[in-house]
Amino acid sequence: MSQLNHEKATITERRRFLSLMAQSVGLSALGGLVWTGYIEEAKASPLILRPPGALYENDFMRLCIKCGQCVEACPYDTLRLAVPGENKPLGTPFFIPREIPCHMCTDIPCVPVCPTGALNKSSVSSIKEGEEKLDIFKAKMGLAVVDTESCIAFWGIQCDACYRACPVMDSAIKLEYRRNTRTGKHAYLIPIVSSDTCTGCGLCERACVTEKAAIHVLPNEVAQGKLGAHYIKGWDKADEKRLENVSQEVTTHTKRSEKKVEDYLNSGEDLFK
Amino acid sequence: MKSWIKTHRFLIARRLVQLSLLVLFTLGNVYGFRVLTGNLSASLIMGVIPLADPFALLQIFAAGATVSINVLVGGVLVWLFYTIFGGRAFCSWVCPVNIVTDAANWTRRKLFLEQTERKIWLGRGVRYWLLGLSLVLSFLTGVAAFEIVSPIGMLHRGIIFGMGMGVAAILALFLFDLFAVKNGWCGHVCPLGGFYSVVGRLSLIRVKHDHTKCTSCMACKTVCPEKHVLGIVSKQSGAILFGECTNCGRCIDVCEGNALSFGVRKYINVGEKE
Repeated sequence: MSQLNHEKATITERRRFLSLMAQSVGLSALGGLVWTGYIEEAKASPLILRPPGALYENDFMRLCIKCGQCVEACPYDTLRLAVPGENKPLGTPFFIPREIPCHMCTDIPCVPVCPTGALNKSSVSSIKEGEEKLDIFKAKMGLAVVDTESCIAFWGIQCDACYRACPVMDSAIKLEYRRNTRTGKHAYLIPIVSSDTCTGCGLCERACVTEKAAIHVLPNEVAQGKLGAHYIKGWDKADEKRLENVSQEVTTHTKRSEKKVEDYLNSGEDLFK
Repeated sequence: MKSWIKTHRFLIARRLVQLSLLVLFTLGNVYGFRVLTGNLSASLIMGVIPLADPFALLQIFAAGATVSINVLVGGVLVWLFYTIFGGRAFCSWVCPVNIVTDAANWTRRKLFLEQTERKIWLGRGVRYWLLGLSLVLSFLTGVAAFEIVSPIGMLHRGIIFGMGMGVAAILALFLFDLFAVKNGWCGHVCPLGGFYSVVGRLSLIRVKHDHTKCTSCMACKTVCPEKHVLGIVSKQSGAILFGECTNCGRCIDVCEGNALSFGVRKYINVGEKE
């Protein structure tokens, strides 16, 4: 302090430049904080349904350039770009099946036009006669989920609207017959969705007769659980094969298992303190 | 006195270019008229020639993704065009936000707002910081950071694909330019403008000034959205070499003495002092 009183600090050009830069860095830090907050909020849209062939949401968001060429290619106006106010990542393509579902064009016009590869052609192609050909049945836009309480088939009323609307009929949605014990002489025709073949097109959701669809498409990551590798179907030969390479005696090593059971029990004085 | 057409020729030409691009893009979307499909982020001319926004691609790279070759070619084409020829012409000849901010600027001149307003200091370097910040945040969040907030995208996509609440964003931008800061968005804040200022620095097409014809009326500086680039006006002849000049040609329009004109920058001729 006393030094300051005697002589003025010399303000060099370098000092001026550096402090100016530092000032801008400070402002950028604050601006960046707000901006990042917005981005993180904006991209957290877990219930959004993407066009066929879309990469996983994080990679999709990384790559999508928001050009709308998939939207223009869609002949049914299924796809649209998120606009401000919809609380979806701005400018990215999505669809709402209850309004317009994906009609699963066999030539999938929306995918090859994607300039960046956010819609991945090979994920909706299968190899036929040594050639890679577009195959919409490989699409995984989402998975149809049934709300058993609002589905009238679970009341015993014969509906099967979703079953008949499904383009992968009798595979993505099967009807399971169950005896209706309430009447004693009728059957329940229960729609059961299989995640193996359901493409998430949403035609079932569109067709559902209830006021708000009892069957609705959710992104696979939201709709599906995960078993973990340690569950094996003993009755399924293919699944049993996973056990072949497992060594018969599996020993778990922990700190306690270094000693024999008798030893650590007998010498474990600290247990009785 | 120059005729009205002559004092507005580049303005009219710019509006024609801007609007016809929007019309072509919109026709492409609504009626499947495939001369120009996509939008300014990435598009196809006649279904063949790809074009892409090089700044959007840069953000995608920063976010840690690699794009397919088509869009890369498109980005390089656009980049080369502005680097070699256009300079920062994207901002004044293509960008739809230019119409909005020009309208704000025109209105503020009519209302003499500059003589009454309290000046808010906003540096013209802000855009370069935002340009850098866009890339840093793209890297940190894994999303093209400017693209997800860009009012340019909102307006442009809005016109082609439907607007939503984007109207509010554009209105806010208009009010900001009208009442808060003169040329606030395009001249100070927009990182895409910053990007093209850097990209177009060395381009061939330049506004040239002949100070022997200059009457020092300063009409050019009144209309120029980046008036610091006109520093040489009435002082010395030469080309406007600032990257921030948008090549809008408005100064040429309004110049009564024909002291300003478009010209080609001379890299070879050492004799000319630029």
